[in-house]
Amino acid sequence: MAVQDILTIPDERLKQVSQPVESFDEQLHWQLQDLEDTRQAGPAAVGIAAPQIGWFQRAVIVDVSGRKKTPSHGYLELINPEILEWDDFKLGREGCLSVPDFTGNVIRAKNIKLRAFDRHGSMLEFDMTGFEARAIQHEIDHLDGILFPDRVVSRRSDLFQRKVYQASTKK
Amino acid sequence: MLTLVGQDHTGIVAAVTRVLSDHDCMLSEASMMRLGGNFSMMMMVGAEASAETLNTLLNSIAHSMGLCVHVDEAAGKPHQHIQPNVEVRVMGADRAGIVSSVTSALADCEVNIVDLESDVIGKQDEPVYIMNILGVSTAPIETLQKRLEEADLKAVDVSVSAVETLIA
Ligand SMILES: [Zn+2]
Repeated sequence: MAVQDILTIPDERLKQVSQPVESFDEQLHWQLQDLEDTRQAGPAAVGIAAPQIGWFQRAVIVDVSGRKKTPSHGYLELINPEILEWDDFKLGREGCLSVPDFTGNVIRAKNIKLRAFDRHGSMLEFDMTGFEARAIQHEIDHLDGILFPDRVVSRRSDLFQRKVYQASTKK
Repeated sequence: MLTLVGQDHTGIVAAVTRVLSDHDCMLSEASMMRLGGNFSMMMMVGAEASAETLNTLLNSIAHSMGLCVHVDEAAGKPHQHIQPNVEVRVMGADRAGIVSSVTSALADCEVNIVDLESDVIGKQDEPVYIMNILGVSTAPIETLQKRLEEADLKAVDVSVSAVETLIA
């Protein structure tokens, strides 16, 4: 068990692009353990990305299974994740372990098809929706050096969200 | 707490914040927007100078720019955010009393409103009122829905939903 410090803004390192994982070895397994220990130690985060603990490789952990009525694939360690397809969009509120004391609305794809590798290097594919899909997109942004405040949309435009939503459900 | 209102024109924010920065004020949370052709500003300012001093300084520029500005001593500091857990959306033909009916219903349920935005949209001769409230509620969503249904809100569309914040 090794809880790491979480990098927080304005740490420049959060903006760097993380490199793909190439060796699926014991070192990777230890780092994943640190990543999960750090997620568990913090305030109820449903996900964490490697660069948040200063590990600049493309690895994330997501687990939204603790939420009621939420479609979920359970606890996921995802190495070199890649979104293959997007469908539809939805506004939702996000916060981040690396951006304390701030939440805001972000538009994310509602449904995604995801490809990633597990800790042994086996390929995984998932169809994800809703909260889980949102968490993945938030985490992949971390791997690309993007933080959610870069994507926050104004509350003012949010006034009209319902109209947009109704139009899109009529399709 | 600084409050300002006046006819909208360019340079208001620059002029006001210039005075404040010249007097070593720290600006924190602020809300500024154009409301019905007026420019409005509400801003928390951290200052060594007294409210009286700031009032005098700001009024000297405000007057020439046609602005009403006021600084009051206020308790409070940054990092006092509370997370909303409910959102209420309202839309309907504009008439008097919509806000009052909706917010009374919410107050009955002891909802603490943390943010309210509204606008009048649609055609000039057929105005539509639209409002979005974020609040903190200890009562379940169903209770709020029931109470809002009981309120007299003919032809006004009201929806209540949970605000779920993803932390990751
Ligand atoms: Zn994050």
